[in-house]
Amino acid sequence: MNNPLDLSWMAWTWPTVAFFCFIVLSIACMAIWEKMRPGGAPRRGILGIDTTRGDRLFISYLGSGFIHLAWLGLLGTPLWGAVVVSLLFAMAVFKWV
Amino acid sequence: MNKISNQRAWWLVVPVVVLVAFNALIPLMTVVNYSVQETFGNNLFFWHGVGWFEQVLTSERFHASLLRQLAFTGMILIIEVPLGIAVALCMPRKGPWVSVCLVLMALPLLIPWNVVGAMWNIFALPDIGLLGRMINGLGIDYNFTQQPVAAWSTTVLMDVWHWTSLVVLLTYAGLCSIPDAYYQAARIDGASSWSVFRYIQLPKLKRVLTIAILLRFMDSFMIYTEPFVLTGGGPGNTTTFLSIDLVKIALGQFDLGPAAAMSLIYFLMVLLVCWVFYTAMMRNEEQ
Repeated sequence: MNNPLDLSWMAWTWPTVAFFCFIVLSIACMAIWEKMRPGGAPRRGILGIDTTRGDRLFISYLGSGFIHLAWLGLLGTPLWGAVVVSLLFAMAVFKWV
Repeated sequence: MNKISNQRAWWLVVPVVVLVAFNALIPLMTVVNYSVQETFGNNLFFWHGVGWFEQVLTSERFHASLLRQLAFTGMILIIEVPLGIAVALCMPRKGPWVSVCLVLMALPLLIPWNVVGAMWNIFALPDIGLLGRMINGLGIDYNFTQQPVAAWSTTVLMDVWHWTSLVVLLTYAGLCSIPDAYYQAARIDGASSWSVFRYIQLPKLKRVLTIAILLRFMDSFMIYTEPFVLTGGGPGNTTTFLSIDLVKIALGQFDLGPAAAMSLIYFLMVLLVCWVFYTAMMRNEEQ
């Protein structure tokens, strides 16, 4: 019988493990932040919509995904530029959205 | 009085977390893993980086199916939303016909998607189908298996037949929830039926219509079964929408890497639209 814990069918690679670890870690950091300053810091930013810290993180992720795709489609590899733009985008979202 | 803080109820969420992990998160993680690798079967994978994403993003085939998908979604929204509102406005609000109309409207929604595809396939066949024979009998050359325009119009017509009812039922529910006082005030002011629609009904329907547009957008953007059964994506590739193209790449050609990359791009687009509509709905609710 196959080992039920054999996850080779999921075809893991170190970069994808790092990617998911980053997501889990960022969510864990948000949980700690929420524990330290409860309430989610709701506010109405430049988009005119009410957002909490969680919403801002989601917008940052979604925006980063599209920034990477746009970079790849228009400029190709390497993607370091897209990473920098995404970080700047996330900072802007957390500051103004 | 001090409020007792007890967070143990969160444990009740565990079953749904496990369920979502098994049916959504783990498959999604696997797709992410596939999207950066090449495989020739036998569970052997080779690192390919973001090559598949680059290939999909610059491929004419992907652009064409995305364009077809957007055109289809736009078309059915332009037809179904006004038509649904019009039918809902014509439906009676009182009396025995209410139930009859509601059941008639609900019927298309109860039919499984593959059955709808098969029904319309037979219905529209130019030699034996009722619709096909009728159109040809009128002197119009119609064959949805060979003519792109005919294939498109049949696919759109099938979707309109299947899903306009959803818009009708949602709009009807919205119309029924408008208090009579608004209509009485409009009558006193001598408002025309257009003014009643424009200044009373339409603003009150804003929320249900947002939900209807969201549901129709998402469903049509991810449509697969009905056009696949009706046209199989043809003639040629003329009705090959994103999901049909994706299945062709993943299962027809067994190109798991490009298919996974395409799935993730598709997923991001759906996620963006979901977020936009969710935000719009929340804003409506606040107002």
